Amino acid sequence: MLDDFMVRAALAGLGVAIATAPLGCFVIWRRMAYFGDATAHAAILGVAISLALSLPVFAGVLFVALFMALTITTLSGRGYAMDTLLGVMAHSALAFGLVAVSFLSGIRIDLMAYLFGDILAVTPRDLSVIWGGAVLVLILVRARWSALLTATLNPDLAYACGIDPKREQLYLTISLAVVVAVAIKVVGVLLIAAMLIIPAAAARPFSRTPETMVVIATVIGGISTYGGLHAAFYFDTPTGPTIVSVAAIIFALTAIFSASKR
Amino acid sequence: MKLVEIQKVSVQLGGNKVLLDVDLVVNSGEIITIVGPNGSGKSTLLRVIIGAISPTSGTIKKTDDLRIGYVPQRLHIDPTLPMTVNRFLKLPHRISTAEAVWALEQAGVSGLGEKQMSLLSGGQFQRVLLARALMGQPQILILDEATQGLDRPGAASFYQQIEDVRQRMGCAVLMVSHDLHVVMSASDRVICLNRHICCEGAPEYVASAPEYRALFGEGTQGALALYRHHHSHTHDHSAHGDS
Repeated sequence: MLDDFMVRAALAGLGVAIATAPLGCFVIWRRMAYFGDATAHAAILGVAISLALSLPVFAGVLFVALFMALTITTLSGRGYAMDTLLGVMAHSALAFGLVAVSFLSGIRIDLMAYLFGDILAVTPRDLSVIWGGAVLVLILVRARWSALLTATLNPDLAYACGIDPKREQLYLTISLAVVVAVAIKVVGVLLIAAMLIIPAAAARPFSRTPETMVVIATVIGGISTYGGLHAAFYFDTPTGPTIVSVAAIIFALTAIFSASKR
Repeated sequence: MKLVEIQKVSVQLGGNKVLLDVDLVVNSGEIITIVGPNGSGKSTLLRVIIGAISPTSGTIKKTDDLRIGYVPQRLHIDPTLPMTVNRFLKLPHRISTAEAVWALEQAGVSGLGEKQMSLLSGGQFQRVLLARALMGQPQILILDEATQGLDRPGAASFYQQIEDVRQRMGCAVLMVSHDLHVVMSASDRVICLNRHICCEGAPEYVASAPEYRALFGEGTQGALALYRHHHSHTHDHSAHGDS
C-alpha cells in the first residue's frame, strides 16, 4: 500500500493535519498566528546549518526551531508582546539564514523546495519521521491539555491552581518546533503554517468548547488534505498550494455560514 | 489557625519598590479587605500570596496544601476561544456536573451552565468566576477588585454573596478594593496599604485613622455612612441578581 505515492502523500498530509489541529487552536487562542511564519523563516537558517555541518536537515531545523521557541518563551512578558517577538525572530532568522547560505560554496539550495515542499516525493522513512513527531506532539498536548488551557485563559488563574504558565507555554512552543521540523522537508513551510491556522479558524463557528474545536479542526484538516491531493492530481496543479486552497475555501464557507447565522 | 503568614515582604518590579516590609497574617474564617490608592501594591500583594510573584525579600508561609480560590481582577476570554460556563468550571480539574451545579448555586447564578462565557453580563461573569473559585472547597478566597465594572448595587449584591458564602463555607476571605463604600463594614479587618501598611484594624478604626484620612481625605467618612445605609438593603439586590 505504501508503494503508492498518492497513499504516502495522503498519510503524510494526515499526519501533519492531526498534529497541527490542536496546536493550531492554541496558536489562534493565544494570538500567535505569526509563529508558523517565524519558525518557517528560521528553518532556512536550520537548513543552512545542516548543510554546513553535514547533518540531516531535520536536526538542523529542529535545533533552530527549538532555539527560537526558548528565546520567545524567555523574552515574552518582559516588555515585548508576542507578535513583536515573533516578527523580530522571523525576519532576523531569515536574514541570518540567507547570509549563512551564501557562505556555502558549491552547494545550491532550492529555497522554494523548503517553502512549498514536495508532498508527492514522500519516502516511507519521511512518513515515519512525520508520524513519530505527530504522535509525540499529541501525547504531550494530551498530557498537558488542562494546564495549557488554564494558562491560555489567564496566567494568574493558572498560578492560583499551582500551574506555571511559563512552563506550559514552553511545552507548546516546543511542540510547534517539533511539528515544523518533522514536516518541513516534505510538506514545506507554507503548508505547515497554513494548516496551523486555517482549519482551526474554520472550526471556530461550530465549536462550543475547546475540545470540539480541536476535533472539528482535525476533520477539516483531513478533508483539506485528502481533497487537495485529489484536486491537484485531477487539475495537475502543485499539491501543497492546492491543499491550502481547499482549506481556504472551507474557511470561506464556514465564515459565510457563521455570518448568515447572526 | 494561621492560613497565610507573610513577614517583611518586599517586592521590586523593574526598579520600582512596589511593596516594602509588609507583614500580614490571614486566619481561617476572617474577612480582610485591603484598601489603598492606585499603584499602592494591592494586587501585587495578592499575586505574591497566590505565587505569581516571588518577593525580593521576606518570607511567605502557607499551611500545607492550602486550598486557594482566586477571583482575578479581570478575565479577558479571547473570543476565538469557545468556552461554556460548565467547561470553564471544570478547569483545570475535571469535576462532576453536580459539583458545577452546586458551585453556580453558591455563587447565585444557577442554570447558566450551558451558556457561552462571552455572552454573560458583567455581573454574571464575576459570579461565574466566584463559582469557579469555590469549586475546590477553598480555605481562603482571594478576590482582586472583583467588582470592577459593576455598578454600586451590583457590587453591593456581589459582596453580600461573598458574605453568605463565607458564612456557609467558613472560608477566609482576602479581598482588594478601591470601592470603599461597599466594602468596609463587611470586613473583620481592614488594611490600608500604600506600598507599606499604613494602618490596620476594625473598619471603624481604620476609617478614622489619620493615616487613612491622609490617603483618602475626609470625604470617605461620609461615604462609609452612605454605605451603611445601602447595606441594610443589600438583600434586595442579591435577591434580584444583577444580570
